Amino acid sequence: MSKISKHFEIAGDKIDSMGEASSEIKKLLKTLGLPAQAIKRTAVSMYEAEVNLVIHGGGGEGFVEISPETILIRFEDKGPGIPDIDLAMQEGYSTAPDHIREIGFGAGMGLPNIKKNSDELTINSVVGEGTTVTIKIDLTKG
Amino acid sequence: MEISHSVALNKDLCKGCTNCITYCPTEAIRVSKGKARIITDRCIDCGECIRRCPHHAKIALPDSMRDLEKFQFKVAIPAPTLYGQFDKRFSIDRILTGLKHLGFDEVFEVAKAAEYVSDRIIQELAKPDKPKPLISSSCPACVRLVQVKYPELLDNIIRVESPMEIAAQIVREKYKDIKDLGIFFISPCPAKITSVKAPLGHDSSTVDRVLSIKDIYLPLLEAMSSNTEIEHLASASGRGVSWAVRDGETEAVKPISYVAVDGINNVSKVLEKIADGRLDEIDYVEVMACPGGCVGGALTVENPYICKSIVTAKILDLPESVIEPDNLEKIRLDWDTKIEPRQIMKLSDDFGEAIEKIQKMQMIQQQLPGLDCSACGAPTCKALAEDIVRGKAEITYCVFVLRERIRKLTNSMMELQEKMPPPIDNN
Repeated sequence: MSKISKHFEIAGDKIDSMGEASSEIKKLLKTLGLPAQAIKRTAVSMYEAEVNLVIHGGGGEGFVEISPETILIRFEDKGPGIPDIDLAMQEGYSTAPDHIREIGFGAGMGLPNIKKNSDELTINSVVGEGTTVTIKIDLTKG
Repeated sequence: MEISHSVALNKDLCKGCTNCITYCPTEAIRVSKGKARIITDRCIDCGECIRRCPHHAKIALPDSMRDLEKFQFKVAIPAPTLYGQFDKRFSIDRILTGLKHLGFDEVFEVAKAAEYVSDRIIQELAKPDKPKPLISSSCPACVRLVQVKYPELLDNIIRVESPMEIAAQIVREKYKDIKDLGIFFISPCPAKITSVKAPLGHDSSTVDRVLSIKDIYLPLLEAMSSNTEIEHLASASGRGVSWAVRDGETEAVKPISYVAVDGINNVSKVLEKIADGRLDEIDYVEVMACPGGCVGGALTVENPYICKSIVTAKILDLPESVIEPDNLEKIRLDWDTKIEPRQIMKLSDDFGEAIEKIQKMQMIQQQLPGLDCSACGAPTCKALAEDIVRGKAEITYCVFVLRERIRKLTNSMMELQEKMPPPIDNN
């Protein structure tokens, strides 16, 4: 079965290494010779989700599966969870604290940006237990 | 695709050390049989290896001063970095006069063209539907870095011609009635040499020859020492000359928000951020492959920071904009061909096969020590794993793997030794 699976442990307290998982995947996609647009869409979606995992979820795990047809990205955290997913999806809505906003994150564009760049975005969240974000990038659409 | 290059290796001087391979931004160098080898498909001619090589084994391939004899009418178009190679006793007029004494019939400052390019970039920045951020195209090494490593950012590169090309076009137009005209660019870097041999954004360059600042330095110094009258030749503004240093281009263009970055590895990091969508709010990104900007070019003589100080001081004496603007009616200010990605990282044209190779690479990487010592000749353990799946190296190139295998072999030999039948007793 031609499929690549990657697993990442993402620390919640290491802001300086935030984005390393997406960076690794981005490099990998280039070795696969994927079209520039697919790389860009994957990079932006995965980076945003990785930032969310660190900032809101307190870190967690990332799973990436690449097959000729799709790229599946899943991030799981054991953070506070999202009480109202529809609200979280709105542009500009953010629960990020001020100190996070001051460094240029938490503008409320993360999830909308993922939605814009991916072909499928699923969020499963239980308040107090954690959140799982699944992103699908369709590679058959060119 | 055959790619023309201007960075090469002097095998006699190469000691086979690992300085160049670890700093190459596109992992384009390997050491094999005790000598460095440039993988030409990957090389972007940035000149980082020339700068890093302690043995001066990496060389550029500029044209020769002797080529002046090949043309009847010769025009020098010097990069503004040349002005910073000689201290304040050498005014820009004196340097330009010196070029004429060297055998050039006329000079035209690339700095002057830089001002026209700045105006053109301002127009591009004002367009409402432009991608964000726009990335400067003035450093050809950076454009090639995008081609090779960040093809997803090719649309962000501003499609404006370089000051060198515009200067050459102006000269060509100005002397269009002269037969056998030779336009010589005086270059601070190998990347520009390559841009003439293998242009980006247009089919062929208007420049005829490229001389390096290094090669011209001593003859020019001598030409300037002679006690001849200094002609008034300088006509570029401070706004154009400042392009030699980082931030100069940005100051000339005045975008609302910008990032200006120098040094090829720093440029990579900023491009990475753009690719992640982190700089979508920024208007302009100035990228320069060399430390400090063009003043840090690998073919310069003066230290980049001292060169910057000299250029900055000389700018103070210059007007703020060109006094006699050139007629740009017939000048092509924009690129007219598309910049294609150079997918050198790709493992296979077949997706399934590429996936298999990545899986194999991951397995190999687990067997490697992860020290990135480069003793195998590849820059990192990962690069060695990649070379192995590409069929260009063996896992035993890794000295640690080899040592372990030899240890195992020695152990089994010792074991066998103990189990040998008793020797034949001849007595």
